[in-house]
Amino acid sequence: MNDDPILAARGLTLSFGVIPALLNVDMELYLGEILAIVGESGSGKTTLLNVLSGLLRPQSGTVTYRDPDGVTHDVHGMPAPMLRTLQRSDWGFVHQDPRRSLRMNVSAGGNVGERLMAQGARHYGDIRAQALDWLEQVEIDADRIDDLPRTFSGGMLQRLQIARTLVTHPRLVFMDEPTGGLDVSVQARLLDLIRSLVARLGVAVVLVTHDIAVARLLGHRIAVMQRGRIVETGLTDQVLDDPRHPYTQLLVSSVLQA
Amino acid sequence: MSVPLLRTEGLTKSFTLHLRGGLRLPVLGGIDLSVEAGQCIVLSGPSGAGKSTLLRTLYGNYRADGGKILVQHQGRIVDIAGADPRTILAVRHSTIGYVSQFLRVVPRVPALDIVAEALIGRGPSPGEAREQAASMLLSLNIPRRLHGIPPATFSGGEQQRINLARGFIAGHPILLLDEPTASLDADNRAVVVRMIQDAKASGTAIVAICHDVDVRDQIADRLFEVAPYQEAA
Repeated sequence: MNDDPILAARGLTLSFGVIPALLNVDMELYLGEILAIVGESGSGKTTLLNVLSGLLRPQSGTVTYRDPDGVTHDVHGMPAPMLRTLQRSDWGFVHQDPRRSLRMNVSAGGNVGERLMAQGARHYGDIRAQALDWLEQVEIDADRIDDLPRTFSGGMLQRLQIARTLVTHPRLVFMDEPTGGLDVSVQARLLDLIRSLVARLGVAVVLVTHDIAVARLLGHRIAVMQRGRIVETGLTDQVLDDPRHPYTQLLVSSVLQA
Repeated sequence: MSVPLLRTEGLTKSFTLHLRGGLRLPVLGGIDLSVEAGQCIVLSGPSGAGKSTLLRTLYGNYRADGGKILVQHQGRIVDIAGADPRTILAVRHSTIGYVSQFLRVVPRVPALDIVAEALIGRGPSPGEAREQAASMLLSLNIPRRLHGIPPATFSGGEQQRINLARGFIAGHPILLLDEPTASLDADNRAVVVRMIQDAKASGTAIVAICHDVDVRDQIADRLFEVAPYQEAA
């Protein structure tokens, strides 16, 4: 069953005016795997993420998603309500800015519980218990459950967003620079958290990052983007330790050694 | 004679440096190597001859240009050269282990968890994995008080032993070792030599790089000469 990709894209092309954001991009993603997409600002990483997740429609090409029953769906061909249902249940998003997906005037527990309620959970005690469990998993103290997110630090907000995303056990998670803008000490803890949660839950992840070190620690596979194209792709350590494309060689040789 | 667990045929590898005007560095030119169960082959040759490149290519870390890397993997033979990423990950999970010269880990993860994690997905429960990891670390003379500490602040020799513990604990049938005793003192060298001998006795096939002649003599069944590459005239 794991032999078919959960998400596949063929020939994705999209231009903003005369600027090509995506040029004939192909990709596959399998359950239990993290695919890291790296490249400089403007290389098309985030555009690719938005097209893969149905937020942005490509000018040509297709994205197909395979559901738990093995049925494949055309992400840009399905009815809008069906796509929204997917985005609320089977899929999850972790944005660089957690404020984009969190509701800042709802308590931490409410933020986590809300996604369960959107899936039909109604029993208050169960919802609160699951919210508590997830706050604990992302290392947020239980006594903060009734606090508003605006009293949280940046790292805590990011962990809350991860709890909110994973509480419904999505099969596919899109992450856009999940550790961007955080202090390095917070970043290290978050990386370990993401890695262990993903391994334990067996979800598939598309991770966009400009940070090669993050891609190395989290990604099973990597795709290197430059000017809207995937110029090199493969096993993460292969591509980073034995880069073949001139752009990948430049990228890898430009990393600062701490 | 038993079947080799790992065998290469005409393995070649070069690097093309695009940032240096496309300079091409040929490193391996037609390597034929074969290791059987319970055997340890030590790569010999001067620094820069391509020993580490060969070891990394066998692990699929470097991509071969040509030739085959045939591995006995779960009852069938898989060619690592040119295998897709998922196949290589599966081979690394259950068949080939690699101990690099330097420890590279997620920051802030305690030493014990780094080692225990190598057992996750292989049967033991998280609790059992941690117990086995602790006894492996103790046998490598890493005291219990260090188990809960991330190894970033450890000495070179301690980091190397964490790396060895992680590499040996899963019991891969094929092990690739890059300078396993380079930064160890005499006592710990002896411990590692014994670990390698035990692994051989239980049927592990080993390819190692080892400059220490004493250690080499104690573990090697055969030396394999990696000569600096020379373009055919």
